[in-house]
Amino acid sequence: MSDPKWQPRIVAFFCNWCTYTAADLAGVSRLKHASNARVIRLMCSGRVDPQFILDALAKGADGVLIGGCHLGDCHYGEGNYKTLRRFQMLQRLLRDMGIEDQRVRLEWISASEGERVKTVINDMVEQIRALGPLNLPQRRQDWDREMTPLAEAAGESESAEQRAEPEAAHA
Amino acid sequence: MNTNHRNGEVRIGFYICHCGHNIAGMVDCPAVAHYIAKLPGVVVSRDYKYMCSDPGQELIQQDIREHQLNRVVVASCSPLLHEHTFRNAVAAGGLNPFYFQMVNIREHDSWVCTDRGEATAKAKSLSHAAVCRVRFHRALETTRVPIHPDVLVVGGGIAGIHAALTLGNAGKKVYLVERDPSIGGHMAQFDKTFPTLDCAACILTPKMSAVRAHENITLWSYSEVVKVSGYVGNYTVTVKRKPRYVNEELCVGCLECIQACIYKEGKFPDEFNVGLSKRKPIYIPFPQAVPPVVVIDPERCLQVRTGKCKKTCLEACADRKAIDFTQKEELVEIKVGNIIVATGFKLFDAKRIPQYGYGLYPNVVTAIELERLVNSSGPTAGEIVLRDGRPPKSVGMILCVGSRDMKTNRWCSRTCCMHSMKLAQLVREHTDADVTVFYMDIRAPGKGCEEFYDKSLKEGIQFVRGRVAEVTDWALAPEEEGKLVIRVEDTLAGFVRRIPVDMIVLATGMEPQADAQEVRRLFNMSCGTEGWFLEKHPKLAPVSTFTDGVFIAGCCQGPKDIPDSIAQSGAAAAEAMALIDKGYIEQEPNTAYIVEADCSGCKSCIPLCPYTAISFDDAKQKAQINEALCKGCGTCVAACPSASIRQNLFEDEEIFSEIEGVLAYV
Amino acid sequence: MKYSYFPGCSLKGLGRAYEESLLPVMQHLGVELVELDDWNCCGATAYMSVDETKAAVLAARNLAIAEKAGPHDLMAPCSACYLVLNKTKHNIADFPEINAAVQRALGNANLTYSGNVPVRHPLDVLVHDVGLDAIKEKVVRPLKGLKVAPYYGCQTVRPYATFDDAWNPTTMDRLLATVGAEVVHFPLKTKCCGGSLTGTVPEAGLRLTYILLKEAVRRGADVIATACPLCQFNLDAYQDQINRRWGPARIATVYFTQLMGLAFGLSPKQLGLKRNFVPMKPLPAEPATV
Repeated sequence: MSDPKWQPRIVAFFCNWCTYTAADLAGVSRLKHASNARVIRLMCSGRVDPQFILDALAKGADGVLIGGCHLGDCHYGEGNYKTLRRFQMLQRLLRDMGIEDQRVRLEWISASEGERVKTVINDMVEQIRALGPLNLPQRRQDWDREMTPLAEAAGESESAEQRAEPEAAHA
Repeated sequence: MNTNHRNGEVRIGFYICHCGHNIAGMVDCPAVAHYIAKLPGVVVSRDYKYMCSDPGQELIQQDIREHQLNRVVVASCSPLLHEHTFRNAVAAGGLNPFYFQMVNIREHDSWVCTDRGEATAKAKSLSHAAVCRVRFHRALETTRVPIHPDVLVVGGGIAGIHAALTLGNAGKKVYLVERDPSIGGHMAQFDKTFPTLDCAACILTPKMSAVRAHENITLWSYSEVVKVSGYVGNYTVTVKRKPRYVNEELCVGCLECIQACIYKEGKFPDEFNVGLSKRKPIYIPFPQAVPPVVVIDPERCLQVRTGKCKKTCLEACADRKAIDFTQKEELVEIKVGNIIVATGFKLFDAKRIPQYGYGLYPNVVTAIELERLVNSSGPTAGEIVLRDGRPPKSVGMILCVGSRDMKTNRWCSRTCCMHSMKLAQLVREHTDADVTVFYMDIRAPGKGCEEFYDKSLKEGIQFVRGRVAEVTDWALAPEEEGKLVIRVEDTLAGFVRRIPVDMIVLATGMEPQADAQEVRRLFNMSCGTEGWFLEKHPKLAPVSTFTDGVFIAGCCQGPKDIPDSIAQSGAAAAEAMALIDKGYIEQEPNTAYIVEADCSGCKSCIPLCPYTAISFDDAKQKAQINEALCKGCGTCVAACPSASIRQNLFEDEEIFSEIEGVLAYV
Repeated sequence: MKYSYFPGCSLKGLGRAYEESLLPVMQHLGVELVELDDWNCCGATAYMSVDETKAAVLAARNLAIAEKAGPHDLMAPCSACYLVLNKTKHNIADFPEINAAVQRALGNANLTYSGNVPVRHPLDVLVHDVGLDAIKEKVVRPLKGLKVAPYYGCQTVRPYATFDDAWNPTTMDRLLATVGAEVVHFPLKTKCCGGSLTGTVPEAGLRLTYILLKEAVRRGADVIATACPLCQFNLDAYQDQINRRWGPARIATVYFTQLMGLAFGLSPKQLGLKRNFVPMKPLPAEPATV
């Protein structure tokens, strides 16, 4: 059971031109919001390598937020389309691992949408609070438990195959 | 780890700024400095009141010398504000400026946090991340991008005209592109301008003529920008020149062709007179149009639409032969280094507030319509008359129509109070009608404007403070018969009043142009939430945008009057000139580069670059990046399967260390 | 097309001409109306001013019955019932205390309410569901030459204007034009008729009624069309008093459904036109057919 003092920890990758600026605007406008998101500034959301997201989760983040310009408005033209594609692929991978959709989130936030930065962060913190900590060690144990019988079954069928057709194994 | 295997021993100086009370009020700065001091590699860890001030910067420089610092981290405001300042300070201290990293603990922390404990924890973790990251920084040099000396000014209103003249006078070649057949914009429609009651045409037309005559200005009217590519200093712009069916070089503006047109009189709404008069398909927007060239409306001209017309206009122009129905749309490509966008505003459509009866009652007009009536070259030669030709005996002016309104537009349009008082004074001058102004607040902030308000009061113009509820034509008392009745709560007197008037003038507010979203995408700009073009910083950089080399001026940035439009347009011209005269701009060295040895030649990166900076070297079977074209977005860096493309300032190891650092403090 | 039908007290009482004209018109158009079984008074404006929670319970009972009756929209022709039922829906959705009280009370009667029954006005149903084209097809006697001032009253547009524009509603205008009438420009179309004040503070209420009558006459209308029983009553029943107190203004006020019925060829008697205090002038003579 989670520690009562546990606070969701979110790593946020914001693009310099839109979302980072919007977060600044939220600050300038003194729009108070949850302090759980730690922003890492990149020039474009297209720089977000899926490895960053996985690394953040592996190192203890409970959620990752990626912020970029609205589609069609990327400062560099098309970077955010690439982000979208990569995100959709990554999401499938994460789902296979049983990691909830709400934990890795892609948002388009333009430079004048300070209010949205506030609502997205508040919203995400609450959702993750409800989900609880990511608890990777526990998940790794679960995956191991899932994998072991599968691996054994695969091993058995493979050796059965080899016994049946020893030639075919070295095609 | 306090060593960086490439760079030897890392010696980090950490500074956390109080920013007066802005940060220190919420973040325990000494505690953060204390925490960071314990991290490996941190040699100096201080907190100070104002890091961006001279003493603050000197502190850094002193420490670099005395403690042989080779990395500096400052935790203060947003890097978007002061990264440049601190990089310069570090450089002045003798250290490569890119050994610097900044932490945003003001906009992202102290200003948005409500709990001191949480704010301090956040500051600690963000600072920790920066300290981890900065270890991996390397010395970098900025690259210089040359600036093409020509400038494009989009929009030929007063702001565009002034920018073009300023730049032209400074010896720069300017292209002034205007989509209407004449330059002049909204100002050309005004009669007298507040607060001096100068005649608008008298002060504008000399500037318009100067544009036409200027050797450095290429005026392309009836033209639009359709494509922009490139980047600061190196823009390639495609301009669509719409066919007038009249040769600009040959037309002398004698207007005989208009006389001769088979339409005996005007039939189509005249745009310049906002529909109050009619024009023919062949027309000149207004007598002082620049260029003084006739234009043929392709949607209304019989010849253009059907090919079946007597073409009496051609006959009338037999000796000059300026009319040419074979003209086609032309696309021209130009190269410029800077662009100034001054596309102006549009007026609120008063039909959106049906309570005021615009479009329903003929004697409800908008302020711009009254402006045309008042103007001596307007549809009534300066006579202020009702639709039936009688002069009005009483006029009611309703302010804030489509401004300061939760249901339509929230903003204040800034000029309407003054504009309405000016019209009120002109009405009193031209007729002896009673004028009542219905207002919520009177805003008269400019020079001479409060005095103008006094003058209005002294001239007997009545002011009723109240938001008009409705304009109606049903009468309750005999004196209301045949008049329009304004129903309003007079908030100073404290009761609801019915005020009958002959004519009602609606002070419609300003709005962004209808195509503002398309235009801003063309120039890679943003719009604010209200639709006006977004400036880089509302106070410190009102004419710059987030795209280097693209500037905005005038009402396209937000409602303003003529003096402010000119001030902004001069500012934009100065910003452009600064770039041109320097000759180059220093680009952030955040370009991507390829480590050839690691590249497998898979070509995944080639199609990704919007600037076509990546190409494939067939001989070597490796990808290569043209640094001059790279803008540093990092998309290819994230895509490369073998991580052989790296990005300066945003290396993978730098980001990974930041991730680690940000999660280190719990 | 099938709707549950909530007549409310007025359509069975003072405003029975509304029902008398509404039902045949709807039948003529193929719209089936099923009167709610065991409906109760909606409480109108009176109860809501006294006790908002109890008023909500009273009105909600009808909504619960409607929900039980089937998945059909509920048509409430009386503007007051229409507004009260809609307001009740809003109150239940927005205020948990009211919702709790309503659910509790309904529970006692073995009823539940889940908030899903749309409450519709006949103007809305006729223009948006039936459609003006279908209505035009049924017109056998276009009301050509009849000048009508469309009067909506306040409750169909304030505070919620769901099916029409709040300031300048046009559903009735369009409906009347479809049946051939000449619609007079009547900017007072949503101005208050005086409501209940005509009974309690006649000096104020009847004055408002007078203004409407006077303007309709001044603008050349032959008849005023209304969509609300109280508006119809106020405009129709006090003209003698009004004439004495403020000035001349004599014009008939009918329900828009009665005009539609006439255009469909139904008899004036069937449409309840004899119930008017101020009788409607006969329709202009039909243009001669060749």
